[in-house]
Amino acid sequence: MTELVKHEPTTIYIKPSRGLAALNLRDLWIYRELISFMVWRDVKVKYKQTLLGMAWAVIQPIMTMLVFTFLFDRVARLPTEGVPYPVFSFTALLPWGLFIVALNQGSRSLVAHNNMVTKIYFPRLILPISSVFAGLVDFAIAFVILVGLMIYFQVTPAYHLLWTLPFFLLLALITALGVALWLSAINVKYRDVNHALPFLTQFWLFITPVAYSASVISENLSEKWLLIYSLNPMAGVVNGFRWALLGVGNGPDITLWISATISILIFVSGLFYFRSMEKTFADTI
Amino acid sequence: MTIAISVKNLSKRYQIGAAETRFRYNMLRDVLVDTVYAPVRLAKALVGKSDRRTNKNYVWALKDICFDLEEGKVLGIVGRNGAGKSTLLKILSRVTEPTEGTVTVRGRVGSLLEVGTGFHPELTGRENIYMNGAILGMKRSEIDKKFDEMVDFSEVGQFIDTPVKRYSSGMYLRLAFAVAAHLEPEILVVDEVLAVGDAEFQRKCLGKMNDVAQQGRTVLFVSHNMSAILRLTQEAIVLKKGQLIKRAPTPEAVDFYLASGQTESGERVWDADEVPAASAPFRPIRLRLKDKSGKVVDTVRSTEPVTIEWEYQLDAPVTGLRVGIYLNTMRGEYVFTAFDTDDAKQYDQFGARPAGRYISCCKIPADFFNEGRYSLGVNASSFGVRRYFMDEGALSFNVDISGAPGTQWPEVRQGPIRPRLDWKIEKLD
Repeated sequence: MTELVKHEPTTIYIKPSRGLAALNLRDLWIYRELISFMVWRDVKVKYKQTLLGMAWAVIQPIMTMLVFTFLFDRVARLPTEGVPYPVFSFTALLPWGLFIVALNQGSRSLVAHNNMVTKIYFPRLILPISSVFAGLVDFAIAFVILVGLMIYFQVTPAYHLLWTLPFFLLLALITALGVALWLSAINVKYRDVNHALPFLTQFWLFITPVAYSASVISENLSEKWLLIYSLNPMAGVVNGFRWALLGVGNGPDITLWISATISILIFVSGLFYFRSMEKTFADTI
Repeated sequence: MTIAISVKNLSKRYQIGAAETRFRYNMLRDVLVDTVYAPVRLAKALVGKSDRRTNKNYVWALKDICFDLEEGKVLGIVGRNGAGKSTLLKILSRVTEPTEGTVTVRGRVGSLLEVGTGFHPELTGRENIYMNGAILGMKRSEIDKKFDEMVDFSEVGQFIDTPVKRYSSGMYLRLAFAVAAHLEPEILVVDEVLAVGDAEFQRKCLGKMNDVAQQGRTVLFVSHNMSAILRLTQEAIVLKKGQLIKRAPTPEAVDFYLASGQTESGERVWDADEVPAASAPFRPIRLRLKDKSGKVVDTVRSTEPVTIEWEYQLDAPVTGLRVGIYLNTMRGEYVFTAFDTDDAKQYDQFGARPAGRYISCCKIPADFFNEGRYSLGVNASSFGVRRYFMDEGALSFNVDISGAPGTQWPEVRQGPIRPRLDWKIEKLD
């Protein structure tokens, strides 16, 4: 028999929460190990019982890049500011891939783990957070491919700007998490989200400068429309990645600040919305 | 003595009437419209005119529950289905929030409702132990320390590095239970886990619960099995329709529970809203208990045969169907289980049944039951395919033994059956 560890147990008060829910980040900290376990499990299980296994993480972005190269470079001949098109589009596909995984996995995370939600207490934030983090593994693999592509096409990275990359990665994560928080919480009650996701993903790709260059947009849109275009938080993230890695584009200008502000707004409002809906998750899921 | 759990005026309200609300709320459009009207509602709420529809379509799963539980005590919770037992446990383990009232809990609440939650079939036993442990709130170091003990307890031994999808259901369950049982929370909540698993496993679970109680931890135990409640708890509370109607030493509480509320009239009729949609195409209509003369009764004489009739509707043809009954004592011991197509010839004829209305009926012979109260459950299933409908406590009835063998001695005879045996007595010398 194990020894009973004598320590003063913590007291928990359970009462109905009213008004704006506190974020309760303390509980999230206590359960931090669970986040790493969930990420580890997602990664480990993702490619189980597949023929190609981890190769999928390589095949998906490369195939997308090849299709884009054929359509937009060979056929449509879009300008790329002097960067070989494969490298140009792949740079954007990095944060885009991360965003898509977060959008799809994150939005479904609560419903997918409904047996956990209805049976155990743990900070529910862990579910969308860990599915977004799990996307980082695919991101890292894609990053290695990008380095390979850059060597192959002899593209010199913008060394002097590279230090800004972590900020854009953070911005990508915040955007992805913000959207995932909103959609996962809504999805608990309204499964409309499941139907909206494929459409949303496609639509969002069109309004984000992944396949085309941001300069095409700024040259063809009036000042007013350009500002509206920058309301898309992913536009700022994708442009930022290109700027930090390849040195193309304008760097931090008004459009980036608009995008970033929207990202942060979505994230913070998502956190509070999620927390306020959290108490009904187990009853409505 | 310190108080481990203090529950004050606890109430929980659930929304019902899904049909109407689905119509109103299930589309995003409705949320958007609702969102637009949100300021109006807020303004109304601020001036004290609450939205009228908020009072409709709600049911109180728990209403004004108050109790304190001292550290180291084992408390049984009994009540019929829907009495609020599970809701109470869910609130205590913080899965769902109360609507009103407060609970103060001293220490970590672990629960055996959650065995195997978060198990992933593709992960190995070892990986699932870590995963499940983390989900239950254990630290990695804590799991490391108890790992060997858990593996021993689960008896999966050499298969620990095999994906759990290759496990038998017994192994799976033992492994899952091993993790939950080693959580060592200050407060343990147990809900009906004992209904699953083989006898050996159940014995082990009860043993573990005993250990936990003896280590001075607080245990809340919910079960329909009265003998387990009697054996494991000193004190029990009885819930009825969300209210706490009795708290007493266990034997007294169990007697109170058995004597109250369970009584029905020898007939059980299912209303349309009592039948889950998942039962389709099977639809139970009524279950009746009849005496020798065909009268519906709730007290039967043990010296006369009893007829059990179950009437039901099949809205579509069903193949492999078997419709049957469980008979239990009120203490939760099984007396027997039987199905209408147990006989191979019957199965050939009625295994596949076209849509329509049916009655399955059987006769329990005279001189079968002992004195007491019995509960009759029903089940309609296709073996190994699907269970259409089950209600373990559909009906209960009393047995009167006047005239039964041995009644000339005024004593209680143990056991649920009281057969009239053909005794022969020979003098040998």
